[in-house]
Amino acid sequence: MMAATVIPHSPVPVREPILELEGIEKSFPGVRALADARLSIAPGEVVALVGENGAGKSTIVKILTGIYQPDAGSLRIDDQPVHLESTQDAWKQGIAAIHQETVAFDELSVAENIFLGHHPRRDGPWWRGGGLVDWAAMRSRARELLAQLEADIDPDTPLKALSVAQKHIVEIAKALSHEARILIMDEPTASLSQREIHDLYRIVAGLKRAGTGILFISHKFDEIFDLCDRYVVMRDGHYVSEGWIADVDSDQLVSMMVGRTLTQVFPRVDTVPGEEVLRVERLGNPTEFDDVSFALRRGEILGFYGLVGAGRSEVMKALFGITRPTRGKVLINGREVQIANPEQAAANRLVYVPEDRQVAGAVLGMSIKDNLTLPSLARLFPNGILDDAKERALTREYGLRLVVKAASWDQLLSELSGGNQQKVVIGKWLATRPDIIILDEPTKGIDIGSKAAVHAFMSELVQQGLAVILVSSELPEVMGMSDRILVMHEGRVRAEFDRSTMSAEAIVTAASGSH
Amino acid sequence: MSLNRFLKQRETLLALILVAISAGVAWRAPTFIGLANLHEIATDSAILIVMALAQSLVIMTRGIDLSVAANVALSGMAAAQLSMHAPWLPIPLVLLFATLVGLALGLVNGVLVAWVRIPSIVATLGTMSLFRGLTFLAADGKWVAQHEMSAAFLAFPRLDVLGLSLLAWIGVLGIVVAVVFTRHVALGRELRALGGNPSAAKYVGIRETTLQLFVFAVAGAVAGLCGYLWVARYAIAYDGVALGFELQVIAACVIGGVSIAGGVGSVTGTVLGALFLVLIYNALPVVGISPFWQTAIVGAAILSAVILNARGDRTDGLRLILRRHPAH
Repeated sequence: MMAATVIPHSPVPVREPILELEGIEKSFPGVRALADARLSIAPGEVVALVGENGAGKSTIVKILTGIYQPDAGSLRIDDQPVHLESTQDAWKQGIAAIHQETVAFDELSVAENIFLGHHPRRDGPWWRGGGLVDWAAMRSRARELLAQLEADIDPDTPLKALSVAQKHIVEIAKALSHEARILIMDEPTASLSQREIHDLYRIVAGLKRAGTGILFISHKFDEIFDLCDRYVVMRDGHYVSEGWIADVDSDQLVSMMVGRTLTQVFPRVDTVPGEEVLRVERLGNPTEFDDVSFALRRGEILGFYGLVGAGRSEVMKALFGITRPTRGKVLINGREVQIANPEQAAANRLVYVPEDRQVAGAVLGMSIKDNLTLPSLARLFPNGILDDAKERALTREYGLRLVVKAASWDQLLSELSGGNQQKVVIGKWLATRPDIIILDEPTKGIDIGSKAAVHAFMSELVQQGLAVILVSSELPEVMGMSDRILVMHEGRVRAEFDRSTMSAEAIVTAASGSH
Repeated sequence: MSLNRFLKQRETLLALILVAISAGVAWRAPTFIGLANLHEIATDSAILIVMALAQSLVIMTRGIDLSVAANVALSGMAAAQLSMHAPWLPIPLVLLFATLVGLALGLVNGVLVAWVRIPSIVATLGTMSLFRGLTFLAADGKWVAQHEMSAAFLAFPRLDVLGLSLLAWIGVLGIVVAVVFTRHVALGRELRALGGNPSAAKYVGIRETTLQLFVFAVAGAVAGLCGYLWVARYAIAYDGVALGFELQVIAACVIGGVSIAGGVGSVTGTVLGALFLVLIYNALPVVGISPFWQTAIVGAAILSAVILNARGDRTDGLRLILRRHPAH
C-alpha cells in the first residue's frame, strides 16, 4: 500500500551545518583548480567528496586546512565567515585532517606526535618551571584520546614501533586533540588491511555519535556506501551535484563523476599500427604489481589509466631498469631482453620520461646543451671523448624540433620556464632515437598551451612509427590520445579497451576495482 | 643573475684579488714578483692545486674526502721506506709506487662510500685517523729523516725542466688534465650531472656507485703522488706530515666556487682558490703581517665564498619551489 504523500529525501541536511563552502575559486599559474566548489557538513554527518583525479578534491582539503587561501567564495563556520591563513587557524576553528600519507615523526613518542605544535605547558612563574612542557598532562591526555578511540597504544612508545594502522589512529588522536568538530579523512584506508579498515569504521561511527562532522574522500565505492550519509560530486573544479547516499548506486555516482562532454580536441591522427615492438608477459614483483601482460606495436599509443598507486609507474620503472621485476618476461622486437639498468633500456631503444621532471628529469645547474645530450653521450661518443660540434648539432636539431625558447643553447636550465624545461627533458630522450617511448603524466601541472603542444607532438611521434606508452590519470587525455587503454587497479591489469569499446564509465569503474 | 655569469664574475673577482694582493706586497717588497719568487710560488702551490682539483671532483658529486692529507702522510712514508730499503730504484718507479699506494687508500674510501654506503664525511673521517695511525705503525713510530733518503729521491721534485721545477710542471700538467677531463670527456660531464641531480642522473643510466668509486680513487691516487712529492720536498717523513692540509685543500675548492651542494664548480675557480691560499700564506709574512691575520683572512675568504655560493643555490632552490605547480 502506498502512502498518500511521498516525502523525498531532501538533499539539504536537517541539522544546521557546522561548515559551509560556497562558490570557492582557486587558480594556480596556468591551471584553474577550483571554479565553483560547494560543500556543507553538519554535526554527526559523514559526507563523501567524490570526483576523478584532478576534480579539485585535494585543493578543497588544502583550503579547509588553511594551506591554500581561496581566490573567491565564502567559507563559513557556524554561519560566521572565517579566513583560514594557516593550519593553526584551521585547528582553532576545529578543522583537522588526516592525510593520505601520514605526516608523522618516527623518532618521537606517540604523545609527542599527538601534541606536536601545541604541547600542554606548565603553569606558574618560569623559575618554578612554568612554560615548560607539562609531560604528565600530555601523557594523560594522550591516554584519554587513545582510550576514546578504543586503541591499545601506550603514549610513550616511539611512533616507529607502531604499525601503519596504529599510526593512522595516532593521526586521528592528533586531530581530536585539536577538539576537531570537522575531521577530514583523505583516502584513509589506502594502506590498511581489511581488519584495520573495520577498526576505522568503528572509530568513524564513534566520532559520528560524538557529533563530529566528517569529510570522507575515497576512491573505493564500497567504503563510501558503508560509511557515508551524503555525497558531493565534483568535476573539473566544479560542483556537480549532491544528495543522500541512500538514493544513489555506484553507477549513478560514476556517471556524475565522469559525465562530461569532451571539450578538448585531441590532435590524434589515425595511424595504422605496424609490427609488434614490445611484449610484456606476466611481469610482477613482490609488492607493487603482478601478472601484467600487454603488447605494443609501432605507430600505436597505449594508454595506462588507473588511480594514484595502482602500480602503473612501477611497471614502467621496471621496464626501464630502475627496479627489477622478479617474475615475467620482456620481449623487444621478438627477442627476450634482461634490462637491469636505464643504460641497457636505452641500448634497447626504450626510454622513459618520468613523472616528476624537476626531481627525475632536469639537471637545473647545467646548460640546455649538456642536458639534451646527456643520455646520448654513450651512443654519440663510444670512446668517451666529447665533440662539441656534434653535441651542438644534436642540440640544435631537437631544440628546434621541440621549439625550446632560449637565448642560447648554453643557457642554464634553471633560467628557463617550466614548459621549456619540460621540452628539453622530452627532447633529451627523443635525441636517443628510441623505438619505444614511455611518457609518465606528460602534461601534469602544465598550462593548456603546453599541453596541446605535447599532445600534438605525441601524434607526430606515432606517425613517425614510434610506439608510445602514455601513463595518465587524466581521463580525457588518455581517451583522446590512446589507441588502446589498459586499466590498472592494485597492481593488476583489470580491463583493456580499444577505441570502439572505451567509455568513461567503464574505465572509471574498472579503475576503482568495482565489478 | 645567471649562475654562469655569476661564476665567471667570481673567477674574475678572485683573479683581481690575487693581482691586488701581489701588487700590494710587491710595493713593499719588490722581489716578491721577481721571477725567482714567482717560480717558488708556482712550486709551492703545485701540490695544493692538484689535490684541490681532485677534491673538487669529489665535492662536485656531493661527497667530501677528509682523508687526503693522511693519505699524503702514509703514501709519503711508504715511498720513503721503499727508497730507504732500495735506494737504487729509479725515482719514477718510487713515484708510481706512491701513487698506487694512494690509489689503494682512495679505493678504500670509494668502497666505503659507494658500496657500504657510509656518508663520505663519516667514512673519510674514519680513514683519516686510520691512515695516520698506519703511518706511525709503518715506521715503528720513527721518522725518516733527510740523511736516510737518497740524493736522487730528494732532488727529483726540484729537477729543472725547461726553466720550471718538475713540481711546478706537475701542477701545470694537473690543470691541463683537469681542463680536458671536465670539458672533453663524457665522464666529466656525467660527474657534474650526478652532483647536480642524482635522481635525474640515475634515469639517464649514470651509475652512481661507479662514479663515486672513481672520484675517490682519483683523489687517493693524486694524494699518493703528492705524498712522495711532499716527503721529498720537505725531506722528512713521519706521521704528522701534511697535518690539517685536507682543510686547505677543501678551502681552496670552496673559495674557488665549488658548491658543497654538488654539481657546480670549475677548474679555473679551483686553481684560483688554491693560488689565493698560497699567496696569503706566502706573501703576508713578507710584508710582516702576523700569522694570526693569515688564518683570519683565510677564514673570512671561506665564509664570503660560501655566502656567495649559498646565494647562488638559494635562487635555484627558490625557482624550483616557485615553479612547482601545486597538486590539485
